[in-house]
Amino acid sequence: MNHRVSGANAATINFTMTHYKSDTVDKWLDCMQQSLQLVVSSDPTVAMIGIKTGGVDVGKHLHKALNMVEPLGELNISFYRDDFSTIGLHPVVGPSQVPFDVDNRHIILVDDVLSTGRTVRAAMNEIFDYGRPSKITLAVLVQRDGHELPIRADVIGHSMHIPEFEHVSLDAETMSVTVGKRSE
Amino acid sequence: MRNHDPQFNQFGKLHHFLTLDGLDKETLTGILDAAEGFTGVNDKKIKNVPLLRGKTVANLFFENSTRTRTAFELAAKRLSADILNVDLVTSSTKKGESLLDTLRVLESLQSDMFVVRHSDSGAADFIARHVSPSINVINGGDGQHAHPTQGMLDMFTIRRHKGDFEKLCVVIIGDILHSRVARSGISALVTLGTGEVRVVGPQTLMPADVETLGVKVYRSIDKALQGADVVMGLRLQNERMTSATIPSSGEFYRTYGLTPERLKLAKPDAIVMHPGPTNRGVEIAGSVADGKQSVILEQVTFGIAVRMAVMSIIMGHGEAVREAEQAAS
Repeated sequence: MNHRVSGANAATINFTMTHYKSDTVDKWLDCMQQSLQLVVSSDPTVAMIGIKTGGVDVGKHLHKALNMVEPLGELNISFYRDDFSTIGLHPVVGPSQVPFDVDNRHIILVDDVLSTGRTVRAAMNEIFDYGRPSKITLAVLVQRDGHELPIRADVIGHSMHIPEFEHVSLDAETMSVTVGKRSE
Repeated sequence: MRNHDPQFNQFGKLHHFLTLDGLDKETLTGILDAAEGFTGVNDKKIKNVPLLRGKTVANLFFENSTRTRTAFELAAKRLSADILNVDLVTSSTKKGESLLDTLRVLESLQSDMFVVRHSDSGAADFIARHVSPSINVINGGDGQHAHPTQGMLDMFTIRRHKGDFEKLCVVIIGDILHSRVARSGISALVTLGTGEVRVVGPQTLMPADVETLGVKVYRSIDKALQGADVVMGLRLQNERMTSATIPSSGEFYRTYGLTPERLKLAKPDAIVMHPGPTNRGVEIAGSVADGKQSVILEQVTFGIAVRMAVMSIIMGHGEAVREAEQAAS
């Protein structure tokens, strides 16, 4: 199921890639769904928000599987990032859409990968500009090492202990996950 | 080469926003995409984003324009920047201070961005060449030359309603000669690959070399409107006319006014645009300006998101320059 693939010329380039196929990723999603089922059954007003773009892809699966009432919200956190002064404006992936009232509502915030925690911080800042939620539950497909802020997920599909330079990416089309060197 | 274009900084990034001439399709599309993201800001209870917190934007208006100034002011505020409105029409320049001295004073007020409005063509370009390299300059309209943010908000409005530029026929009517809005609009439409751009107006209000911009010139408004997807009216710029270029505004309306009857010649779903302020009964009929096909007020709303996009893109590029300067000092 998991393929540890060595580079074509491993002796000189020395890179490895790990590929998690969709059947593995499906199990992670099932695991998240089971944990979230309790939250959703106990509070029918709970709503879900995905962080663009990976969090929306994961959110779509969970939102459907959990049969949620409110439509899935989408956050584009480009305008809330803390690295504007070093990187400038990030590519913008469409406007945020939160089609329900956030005030006093339990929000399930979904992202594909949690590493530094900076994206989640930005997303929470943005959510509070929509209103004051009663609670935010953070659900991520993959929680990896590299935390820089005191932010941890409540619901985790899979935990990874990998070096900081390795990059985790979700392919939304096949719902598969690749871990390897960041592609330039 | 980008190096010779004063709009780009030493890293090859868009640093000033002075004209749409010379900007490629990718740059224009990037601005439109960013603006699309900013339209969502209006849906929030707190309608601003923290992007430009701690930055100062100075509105330098050497020519009066309430609507453009307030649009820039609101855009800067929505980005959480501090905004300084400097009324230069009635101030020190009148007392004999040179433009460069005025600039030095404003630089000393620790501004990060200047939005410049001036009645002379080339004023924003001049200022961009002489300010400290860490300051970003936006042209808010200079003489008959350019009004690039208006051009971009027009493109945004067209894209929102009509999508793909390649399939579109756009007609621009009226005072092309004095209109910086027309010049910026034509430039962007051509760069974005618009199927057909037509201009129509009295010969006295048509620039001599207008065909070289990539447009088709029409004498008859009825012919120009046939099959149009987008109809753009322009304000008759009486204040810029130094000689008698048209017999009278009534005569202009009879020959080139956008009436309900004429609008029927365009496609049934054509949109009507105008940069404002509109002269009803001169270039456009009141019933057309207020009609179903009019998107004139939407243009104003979209103008905020488009200006937020331009400000944050170039301010982001300015950060690299400011850091390099700090490292060097």
